[in-house]
Amino acid sequence: MAQTTFPDLKTKRPRSNLKNWIGVVPFFLFAILFIFLPSMRLFVGAFLNNEGNFTLANIRDLFTDPYIINGYSMSIRISAVTAIGGGIFGFLLAYSVTVGGLPKAIRPVLITFSGVASNFAGVPLAFAFVATLGRTGFITALVKSIFHVNLYDVGFSLYSFAGLSLVYMYFQFPLMVLIMAPALDGLKREWREAAENLGANTMQYWLRVAFPILLPSILGSMILLFGNAFGAYATAYALVGQGQMQVITIEIGAQIRGDVMHNPGLGYAMAMGMVFIMAVSLTGYSWLQRKTERWLK
Amino acid sequence: MKASARVRRFPFWSWVWFFLGVLYFVMPLYALLDFSLRMERDVIGLKAYASAFADKEFLQTFGYSVFLAAMTIIVSIILIVPTAYWIRLRLPEARRIVEFITLLPFVIPAIILVFGLIRVYSSPISIPFTEFSLMAPLTNSRFGTNILMVGGYMVLGLPYMYRSIDTGMRTVDVRTLTEAAQSLGANWFTIIRRVILPNVRTALLSGAMLIFAIVVGEVILATYLGVSAFGPYLLLLGRARAFEPAALSFATFLLTWVAMGIIQLVTGGKGEATAGAH
Repeated sequence: MAQTTFPDLKTKRPRSNLKNWIGVVPFFLFAILFIFLPSMRLFVGAFLNNEGNFTLANIRDLFTDPYIINGYSMSIRISAVTAIGGGIFGFLLAYSVTVGGLPKAIRPVLITFSGVASNFAGVPLAFAFVATLGRTGFITALVKSIFHVNLYDVGFSLYSFAGLSLVYMYFQFPLMVLIMAPALDGLKREWREAAENLGANTMQYWLRVAFPILLPSILGSMILLFGNAFGAYATAYALVGQGQMQVITIEIGAQIRGDVMHNPGLGYAMAMGMVFIMAVSLTGYSWLQRKTERWLK
Repeated sequence: MKASARVRRFPFWSWVWFFLGVLYFVMPLYALLDFSLRMERDVIGLKAYASAFADKEFLQTFGYSVFLAAMTIIVSIILIVPTAYWIRLRLPEARRIVEFITLLPFVIPAIILVFGLIRVYSSPISIPFTEFSLMAPLTNSRFGTNILMVGGYMVLGLPYMYRSIDTGMRTVDVRTLTEAAQSLGANWFTIIRRVILPNVRTALLSGAMLIFAIVVGEVILATYLGVSAFGPYLLLLGRARAFEPAALSFATFLLTWVAMGIIQLVTGGKGEATAGAH
């Protein structure tokens, strides 16, 4: 195979030669120094024991150490909940400003706002939610004065799983709006007309035409949202510190500060596990995105 | 008949979702603003803002973060513009691999990146397999740490900057522009500086704004590389005080708004207005 394609390539691009690669050397040098070396160091370290010999024990311990399992499961749960919740809500919002019949002027406002909100995260976002739903927060006080109920007495806490999810949603659903709005634009008017000519009502059109077309895009976007929350660190750290809500990013942070696992290799393995999950979700996203492109755009 | 009836019907549910969305957007910001204005008992005023902005440490850390953002933007442009240009002009076969690299930061979260950077660059840099030491550990000196910070931020911004610039170059005919400039006797440096850069300035500006929004409040790299940037400062201030952090958070929100507004303005709403450094 290689022998038959090689001369073919050569005749196609006669000017391309090794000298042209010099132009991209700075970029590759940058990538090696700041992306490949650091990640290779962690990758190799994950397979070494304290004496520097090859081992698979660190990878095995990822699945047995309760501290690590707890961190991963917390991160996965919160990412999944906010990806699905944010995905559904974001989709409904994107629907309402694209094909939902709202005035056209509203759309750019919502899109700009979504751009800001999806970037307004980390420490300032955590502080904003403390001012809203903290013990003396605005809504907490409002509920107390209207319904005479203290939210914190009936089981709510901003510093719990539910609370953290609410905060994450703030940067999750705007991202969904930004991805879904163009996809919803891709729904062709002819499809709806065709469906109606065949006697479909609105419900049938959505369930049997629009939704199946949009489904890969919706799922793909939710996977992207999952990765978005999975890598988050500052929001959770500012809100709950290193207390009871240990997401995996905070555990890795503790490992960087000082070897809390008493085994550097296990720390590297933890980091690699995260990269693995991010890689799987990004692959899933791009695969679903390609499926979408058959119909939309 | 049916279609026109559908169009005219009041979109009740759309308004409900929209209203809920606006509520979710606005409530935390309103609460934050409201709280930040109440530093003095029973008075609505800007005292928290005055107090926060007057803090010398705020000015230092914020100034430093702006400096890091500016360096990141400048070096990113110097690195990515010629690369994207060269790929378009001479090396299309490198496109796939370069695009793949620019997507890697999505797979490597900032906490992992800083972990790796610290482990690689906190030991002396030596020639592999020998004892020859080329350089002291980068993390030992302020200059070295700055290099790591800017390099790390360039990685975080890489997907957005590259895509922005590459999209910008798609709309101009790079090849014709280059041939025209060459026939007038321009060298490569002149072509990039006086022909290519001005033609992609919209893309550069929106990429720059996005990097600015990511870098100014960034916490992870700054915390673990131990530099006194604005992000860690705000985090610590939140442990010690109540009103000043709220004021600075609201100011940060306004700053993000300005950065995103500029992107919307220069790209006519088609810009890539999403980053994600949470």
